[in-house]
Amino acid sequence: MSTITYTPEDFKFGQPRWCPGCGDHAFLNSFYKALAEIGVPPHQTAVISGIGCSSRLPYYMNTYGMHTIHGRAAAISTGVKVANPELTIWQVSGDGDALAIGGNHFIHCIRRNVDINIILLNNRIYGLTKGQYSPTSPRGFVSKTSPYGTVEDPFYPAELCFGARGRFFARCAAIDGGPTVDVLKAASKHKGTSVIEVLQNCVIFNDGTHNAVAKKEDRLQNAIYVEHGKPLLFGKDNEFGLMQEGFGLKVVKLGENGITEKDILIHDAHCQDNTLQLKLALMQGPEFPIALGVIRDVEAPTYDEALNAQLEEVSQKKKYHNFSELLDTNDTWTVE
Amino acid sequence: MAEVRIVKELDDVVIRFSGDSGDGMQLAGNMFSNISATLGNDISTFPDYPADIRAPQGSLSGVSGFQVHVGSKKVFTPGDKCDVLVAMNPAALKMQYKYCKRQSVIIIDTDSFSKRDLEKAKFSLNNPFEELGIQNEVIEAAITTMCKESLKDSGLDNKSILRTKNMFALGLVCWLYDRDVKIGEKLIREKFAKKPEVADANVKVLYDGYNYGANTHASISMGCRIPCRMQKAKGRYMDINGNKATAYGFIAAAEKANLPLYLGSYPITPATDILHELAKHKSLGVKTVQCEDEIAGCASAVGASFAGNLAITTTSGPGVCLKSEAMNLAVITELPLVIVNVQRGGPSTGLPTKSEQTDLLQALYGRNGESPMPVIAAMSPTDCFDAAYTAAKIALEHMTPVVLLTDAYIANGSGAWKLPNIAEYPAICPPYVKEEMKESWAPYQRNSDTLARYWAVPGTEGFMHRIGGLEKDNATGVISTEPENHQLMTQLRAAKVAKIADSLPKQEIEGHEDADLLIVGFGGTYGHLHSAMESLNAKGKKVALMHLKYINPLPHGVEEILRRHKKVVVAEQNMGQLAGYLRMKVEGVHLHQYNQVNGQPFVEEELIEAFTKILEE
Repeated sequence: MSTITYTPEDFKFGQPRWCPGCGDHAFLNSFYKALAEIGVPPHQTAVISGIGCSSRLPYYMNTYGMHTIHGRAAAISTGVKVANPELTIWQVSGDGDALAIGGNHFIHCIRRNVDINIILLNNRIYGLTKGQYSPTSPRGFVSKTSPYGTVEDPFYPAELCFGARGRFFARCAAIDGGPTVDVLKAASKHKGTSVIEVLQNCVIFNDGTHNAVAKKEDRLQNAIYVEHGKPLLFGKDNEFGLMQEGFGLKVVKLGENGITEKDILIHDAHCQDNTLQLKLALMQGPEFPIALGVIRDVEAPTYDEALNAQLEEVSQKKKYHNFSELLDTNDTWTVE
Repeated sequence: MAEVRIVKELDDVVIRFSGDSGDGMQLAGNMFSNISATLGNDISTFPDYPADIRAPQGSLSGVSGFQVHVGSKKVFTPGDKCDVLVAMNPAALKMQYKYCKRQSVIIIDTDSFSKRDLEKAKFSLNNPFEELGIQNEVIEAAITTMCKESLKDSGLDNKSILRTKNMFALGLVCWLYDRDVKIGEKLIREKFAKKPEVADANVKVLYDGYNYGANTHASISMGCRIPCRMQKAKGRYMDINGNKATAYGFIAAAEKANLPLYLGSYPITPATDILHELAKHKSLGVKTVQCEDEIAGCASAVGASFAGNLAITTTSGPGVCLKSEAMNLAVITELPLVIVNVQRGGPSTGLPTKSEQTDLLQALYGRNGESPMPVIAAMSPTDCFDAAYTAAKIALEHMTPVVLLTDAYIANGSGAWKLPNIAEYPAICPPYVKEEMKESWAPYQRNSDTLARYWAVPGTEGFMHRIGGLEKDNATGVISTEPENHQLMTQLRAAKVAKIADSLPKQEIEGHEDADLLIVGFGGTYGHLHSAMESLNAKGKKVALMHLKYINPLPHGVEEILRRHKKVVVAEQNMGQLAGYLRMKVEGVHLHQYNQVNGQPFVEEELIEAFTKILEE
């Protein structure tokens, strides 16, 4: 790694053109900050996006960037990383881009464990096309294409990620700067596909969709910041906690029914078995707090590393290393 | 004892080996072509695999054929029909008899013609020859019995013994055509170098087959010889099919350009063999990714190209439908990429194992917006190498996606290929950014000769930039919806592709200088059209052939050639796509059409008949 230190300014380019108040602005500022702290030089960084409001993000980065086609960012990022493993790849997608038109690429990128970081800006709406429901909009959601409410269930990004054998899943609220920087740094540290779900508000077409975690005081009540090795406590004074009950989790209040901190589950993001991590990731209000932070972070071989290692390995075994030697491996005859 | 043998000299001969999928007919055919090639003949081969993966033994759908055309001079096709048909069982006889001429010799293994075998092949009479109305000369050899007898002391199990039957047939055919059977022995010993007992057995049976022919004179009137009337260029040769030659072309181009080769692909008939081939060569640094779908195959290749590799994607027509979106991204981002379409029968899933040229307009125009893309069509199995090399060179030097069209026929067919010396191939020099450009560079700054934009590979300090699917400002590279800029960028993208014509060889014609009829074709039909042209000229007609390898842009000279000929026929395996394209490009020319869309190669005789008719009109 370079010894040069970077500031958020080093990663800024152009003038963001999202609507005033859009959650993407807040996220972008955290992203600049995180990149500066991570310290990978801008020329070693590539930001690849699909299509949608959030996918405009590469245009505001002083890095290598490609704003591609709808849904394909994960596939394109895979090619970039395999072709040049030295690069640090950030893929930026919205909920429609990653989970509807790009669902196939999303799950297969995670399954292969390509070493890229997928930022999933989830506002539960199609913004760029002006207000249609998305695959994360809740059942019954009223939009221009569902004037009487949707009649379908949404995806939970975490569930899809875990179903595709995801090794890293983190969540943050776009408006919540510090923790956003923290999960981005953790994602960058993780080798393999990292999925970061960013709860992001669309002020125009789906304002308030993440109201439960929009304000700091509400987050204390409605969210739980999970941290590996720490007890799963939340509330203004950490007065609530999570315990296992049967096949599920339950919220308990410390001091009630003789419950003490010792009874509270300790978060284990590194546990290979994802059962409890998934339970955490799927928690919803009002009964449960929404989990924020790094929910799962386990090591596994990455696709790009394994692919390149295989090139090395086979290269040592085989006797041909250039085109002319390749020709010699064939049955030939000579005309004299 | 001196043998008296009448040996007739032939210009060329076509032999079709056929049998059950497990009978080793592909190997026998391949060896016969290699033996002939070693003797200095020219060869062209075509394997005809069954469509079913594992058809029941002895069934009609399980018949596998391999046709080889051996010539004293250059041969251009595997031949319309065969002079010798080897049919190892009744199913093969039934399915392959249609490829026989009236005077063809048929060789059968009588041991495989039991009642049960005839039933499996759905014969209703006990005499299959009568049932099919066959009046040809038939060599009836008890091949299975003779192999068993010959190898009874070899220590091999029954199954292994039966697997040598193909070598008996090969030996017999070698006798018929006076081939040096020692070359066959050498090939067997090389192939089974690690299993000497299997090699010995196969060699023994090969000689048995040869001697059987000699001893019995194979109840056939005479032996034949195919002399070498044309000295082939000196050097080393191998037999190569189109898909392998395509893979080799890209490997050579990557080495020449000093870039890693990246293939993003998804299995699809008949293109998958390119992926199979490239997946083997990791010791050459070839990266292959079998993606989740066709879309990702192309999209990941666009990513690999952005990251600085020689990126390609391989598929057939249905796959191109899915890839066209990512192909268009490469058009607007001006990134090098080669898209290989091994054409098959369409529309939709169509005829997956059969060959057509029906994707020409898809290659040229099958994308949204003004989306100019160079299109190259390989002309023969061996030409796939040069075509792939050239496609990669054009893509890299002109910063553009390029479509390489081949087809099922040339992809699976093979020919004798002189091993290339790639030191003699033209250099491949992509327009990389240079250090001194740092201060003033913008993503769409162009080389004034080629109009190609400069390539700044991620990881290079000082050239951070953003590209994408939205229209960009020609000067600054930022998003632009300015009317004048879009007009300019559209024209620049078109002019960039048009300028490639300056680096292409001028279009030439073959045949008669002052022809009464000009045949025009493109891609994989070259062999048939060339043969038809030569046959017509041999009959005293005045015919020429203009065969197009470069379709977009058209090479210089095409317009002049078309205008100079009074009668022109465009012959293609589609409903007239090239003819329509040429009418658009060269206004006012009158073009006759010869169109065949039956999934089969052209038949030389039918071409000759149709062209004669046009000549006489």
